[in-house]
Amino acid sequence: MTSKSERIFDVLVVGAGPAGLAAATSAARAGARTAIVDAGVVPGGQYWRHPAPNERGVSAAEVAHLHHDLATYRRLVAGLAAAAQFSQHHVWTVTRDRDGFVVHVVDRTGGGERAAELRSRRLILAPGAYDRQIPFPGWDLPGVMTAGGVQALLKGHGVVAGQRVLVAGTGPFLLPVAAGLAESGASVVGVHEAGSPLAWLRELGAVIRNVGKLGEGASYARVLARRRIPVHTRSVVVSADGTDAVERVTIMRLDHRGRVVPGSERTMAVDVLAVGWGFTPQLELPLALGCATRVDVDGSLVCEVDDEQRSSVEGVFVAGEACGVGGAALATVEGEIAGTVAAGAASVAPRLRRSRAALRRFAQAMHRSHPVPAGWVDRLSDDTTVCRCEEVPFGALRSMQQDLDAHDGRSAKMLTRAGMGYCQARTCGYAVGCILGQEASRTSGFAERPVSSPLTLGALATSSPAEHDSPAS
Amino acid sequence: MTSQPHFSFDGSQIPFRPGQSVGAALTAAGVRSWRSTRRGGRPRGLFCGIGVCFDCLVVVDGRPNERACLRLAEPGMEVSTQEGTGHGDLEV
Amino acid sequence: MPDVVVVGAGIVGAACAYYAAREGLTVTVLERGTVAGGTTSRGEGNILVSDKEPGPELNLALASRTRWLELAAEFGPDPFELEEKGGLVVATSDPGAAALTRFAEGQRAAGVETVAVSADQLHDHEPNLAPDLPGGVLYPQDMQVQPVLAAVSLLAAARSLGATVVRGEEVVAAERGPDGRVTAVRTRTGSYPTNAIVNAAGTWGGQVGERLGAPIPVLPRRGFILVTEPLPRVVRHKVYSADYVENVASDDAGLETSTVVEGTQGGTVLIGASRERVGFDDTMSVAVLRRLASLAVRLFPFLADVRLMRTYRGFRPYCPDHLPVIGPDPRIPGVFHACGHEGAGIGLAPATGRLISQMLANGQPDIDPSAFAPSRFAQVTA
Repeated sequence: MTSKSERIFDVLVVGAGPAGLAAATSAARAGARTAIVDAGVVPGGQYWRHPAPNERGVSAAEVAHLHHDLATYRRLVAGLAAAAQFSQHHVWTVTRDRDGFVVHVVDRTGGGERAAELRSRRLILAPGAYDRQIPFPGWDLPGVMTAGGVQALLKGHGVVAGQRVLVAGTGPFLLPVAAGLAESGASVVGVHEAGSPLAWLRELGAVIRNVGKLGEGASYARVLARRRIPVHTRSVVVSADGTDAVERVTIMRLDHRGRVVPGSERTMAVDVLAVGWGFTPQLELPLALGCATRVDVDGSLVCEVDDEQRSSVEGVFVAGEACGVGGAALATVEGEIAGTVAAGAASVAPRLRRSRAALRRFAQAMHRSHPVPAGWVDRLSDDTTVCRCEEVPFGALRSMQQDLDAHDGRSAKMLTRAGMGYCQARTCGYAVGCILGQEASRTSGFAERPVSSPLTLGALATSSPAEHDSPAS
Repeated sequence: MTSQPHFSFDGSQIPFRPGQSVGAALTAAGVRSWRSTRRGGRPRGLFCGIGVCFDCLVVVDGRPNERACLRLAEPGMEVSTQEGTGHGDLEV
Repeated sequence: MPDVVVVGAGIVGAACAYYAAREGLTVTVLERGTVAGGTTSRGEGNILVSDKEPGPELNLALASRTRWLELAAEFGPDPFELEEKGGLVVATSDPGAAALTRFAEGQRAAGVETVAVSADQLHDHEPNLAPDLPGGVLYPQDMQVQPVLAAVSLLAAARSLGATVVRGEEVVAAERGPDGRVTAVRTRTGSYPTNAIVNAAGTWGGQVGERLGAPIPVLPRRGFILVTEPLPRVVRHKVYSADYVENVASDDAGLETSTVVEGTQGGTVLIGASRERVGFDDTMSVAVLRRLASLAVRLFPFLADVRLMRTYRGFRPYCPDHLPVIGPDPRIPGVFHACGHEGAGIGLAPATGRLISQMLANGQPDIDPSAFAPSRFAQVTA
């Protein structure tokens, strides 16, 4: 019988986005027995999302024009050959044992659902982030999608979400989404950025030191300009309307104090509204292990790490968006740092340290230039859905505060059911926190998810604490 | 014409390109919702597109609560609209 | 100056505050965290008589059940989702069935309604049960409530009767006069003059007792609950395997699990129950979850294809003799304890609140509280 110690990895990486890929490749190259676990079918996360391998279907080549740094992607993926790869494996929790960590996974290969366990001495968590959302009247109509979802359809499936698309929200991500749609044949009605065009001037220092990233933004702007797609700033979506799907979107202007200008409503016909308001890191695994957290400049709860990506828990490294939303370049640098240190490197190369610092500053600058516009709570009506899963309207949260004098996240969950549905507050957590007037916190009850991916009771009951058999490569 | 694979959705044949998810193929075919919510009976389809929001739940080969954005389309699959919990057959 | 300060805004503290306010006493409730943020929000909202053997706790449970029905009628309509859904205790072996029958006979003699259910009759009550179980007992009096809503409602009612609820206040000591009577409660931020303090701090009742100079042996007993994805109504009653009864009475420090399955108004099915003495360790235990899942599927095979959506855990407050502590502390005049209800806090809260209010107002307790007296513990001497 194979002894358990032979099936313990030295380094196990959760997540195969930029940070995870860089971490796994670096750790493997440094000689660590490495595994990489990811829910996706192919590595890449969101930033480098690619179609699932297939015969004569959607090809990587046809989506290549939507990507950046594919040379880096290919190099990192090639580097995974030295690691054990577990794709379509969703991590539902992580625990500790005598030798290190136990990663509890749901193997969904081939549409199945099997529970298994992987063991490792050290962990690198690179779970990434997902679109942050705020509710507005009509946001729960089919055809209203996250900016990330529209992008995923294009990059991963070669599908354009709709024919007439309006892109709205805040943040630099809106531009590549709009450009990708436009280049794929959709009619992009406009891009509506809630931020101020002058916000950049306040962050000039960080921006100048990251001129390359400015160039990226400029190239999207050129694509949009060439196709005469208007980009409006200080413009915010206030409602989506339609019977059983979105048919119209209403936009209003924001004044210099971020309040809607009365009478500035404009309504446009669309079949898809793509909205994005920054990103929310997915923290349930670091929280399950007790990692220390802090609230970042963009209001997100993030993991505290030192300069070597070590969390507050011995043996647990965190890299990428989970340490602070900062984009793919930063995630890749952090992943490389985490991978080499977890594999035993004595120190981190100065070029990596410098890169990390500069990219962090740029990320902070971006966050400060693209805050979620204040005042959105005032634009909710009592029947606006806040928790999509449990269909909890704003009125229920408002009356909980007024009539029951309850103002905390846990009470909101118990009394209104907000955050108690299938997505376990991933979608509504930020919004409910704002409605309650609370800063994101680990104790709010919205960031922790002891069951991080659902699995059948049968799968759980029949899983035995044994080694997982063959890794898929 | 080369045979394009199909799966059925509520009795209709939906073409797809290998590598696409059920949700992507339905979207490409102009179908935007495939679930009705438990309380309000409201239509839902794709929202986050990456498996985080659980809005896109659909019934695949008799099993409910499959995320359409994650489940890869296969020829001959039977996909159907999910009503509410998707487990109506268990009700006592 | 308030007549009484209640420490803890969980279900028991809320009930104490409400009944005391109803007696005309001025009440201040001090809560260091959030209302019902402790064990009250970590259980299932059980109001049970089925799991209690004849004795003082069963008597308290029967009386408290009546109080729950009164409260629901008073606060109504449907103020806290009180459901008289009944409990079905199911045997999983023939010896277990025999033991259950004997147990139920004793309970019936003590005033509990019981209905014998044969193997063929089981599926009339619960069609989704496994096909091969030997039989069970139905307890029509078992009920379900939404505990956080109930606690919040009781406090709101107490406030409307003049009570004050202060959040973010942690008790650090009791101040006493020259005659030894309580004169105030000291917190991290200040002091609340009063002549009576009710320790309703649940699982932290031991710690609070200690800080007040009146330690009592309340210890934590960890429990996990599994929550499924939303379902239509698939389980009509609270359903337990017969070994649940034995678990509660056990002193084993190791893991004990037994099966408890019930539906909720939100559509999820709750699955318990586990009991471990691990201090306040709240880390995930996959072994416990696996065991609970396995037991639940044994009782309800359809659950094998139903997904676990979330889990939560809490710490039941547990005394060495498995009875709550209700009554005046003999060491410090003015200190009353109302905690240590183990897994029965929700059910027993109104009767506890009423007892405490009667003791505070020097009224006649309508239930004999002697079995719950703090003085029963060897370490608690005047």
